[in-house]
Amino acid sequence: MSAELATPAAEEKKEFWRWQENTWFDESKNWRDAKIITCGIDVGSVSSQAVICCDGELFGYNSMRTGNNSPDSAKNALQGILDKTGMKLEDIHYTVGTGYGRVNVPFANKAVTEIACHARGANYMGGSKVRTILDMGGQDCKAIHCDERGKVTNFLMNDKCAAGTGRGMEVIADLMQIPIANLGPRSFDVETEPEAVSSICVVFAKSEALALLKAGYTKNMVIAAYCQAMAERVVSLLERIGVEEGFFITGGIAKNPGVVKRIERLLGIQAVETKIDSQIAGALGASLFAYTLMQKQAKAA
Amino acid sequence: MIANNGYKDGSGEFYISIDTDKCIDCSADRACLTACPKGMFEIITDDYDDEVACVKKSFTRSLAFDCSECKPSGGYTTLPCTSACTPGAIKHSW
Repeated sequence: MSAELATPAAEEKKEFWRWQENTWFDESKNWRDAKIITCGIDVGSVSSQAVICCDGELFGYNSMRTGNNSPDSAKNALQGILDKTGMKLEDIHYTVGTGYGRVNVPFANKAVTEIACHARGANYMGGSKVRTILDMGGQDCKAIHCDERGKVTNFLMNDKCAAGTGRGMEVIADLMQIPIANLGPRSFDVETEPEAVSSICVVFAKSEALALLKAGYTKNMVIAAYCQAMAERVVSLLERIGVEEGFFITGGIAKNPGVVKRIERLLGIQAVETKIDSQIAGALGASLFAYTLMQKQAKAA
Repeated sequence: MIANNGYKDGSGEFYISIDTDKCIDCSADRACLTACPKGMFEIITDDYDDEVACVKKSFTRSLAFDCSECKPSGGYTTLPCTSACTPGAIKHSW
């Protein structure tokens, strides 16, 4: 009897943490008209992106989950956009790899750190007024200061602890059995804003969330408490380097309004908005670095 | 550029900050490389093609333990790395 009950439940197991992979390219442009085609590949701990720029302008991108093999993840990410556009690898003049798997991009001409690439990408996406960048990645978090050209002037990274990263949000999505894209909007559906759960450890936050559910908190209240904890955590990182107007958020968590709005509330400033997918900032920056390097080579020749 | 190498966890904030603008034309002849008893510093070419000092990646997640010998509890009154860096590029957050 118990086996009969257990089987259907096991089959219905859903991956609530799974976020939307996507591909886009500018159909109004013809890449064959471009003089310089550059590519940026960001192999992150959770997601991989390939961005193609034509003459220093965004042309298309593909964003997907990173597998267990960095070279394959890089190839798959690029293949996704090449297939859509009808482009071939040989058509790309220069490729820059970034992210934690940057040294494992087999077709990259150069590797640049994700810190420099995110600053460059944010400068393109948010404009030259962007000065403070928060990159909330899958398994790390970076606070970056840059100048009007997108050159890094100050940065810090936290890659030792999962608090304040996308992984923490995935854990809560699975715990609550709510799709990760719904967490942000649902965190506002509360009568009173609850106290934040632990902001120093994802494991402790998960234990605390379970205790709150047992104490009678609704799922929405627990999500709100977790979003607040995540916001407090990253704000403490930002305050270490100082926050200036022109605040921009990159990475997957930038798509979670529950965290973004709470960060804005704590800092007292609005984040610069963009229509471009926040997850591609690193790969976009890498592609722009590639364009600059190509221009330098052309001048030298 | 100020590069903060280190981490924040439940026990506190542990960052070694290096002001690379002061580090590029080092007037101390890269003394940090030999001053650190654990050899935690190395010279790298950064993303902007400048040769600067950096904390080795293998130490960035364990600074609280690795630097403990050079703190007052280890008998030091000043940190060997910050003393050796006469341009004042190196700072500890704790």
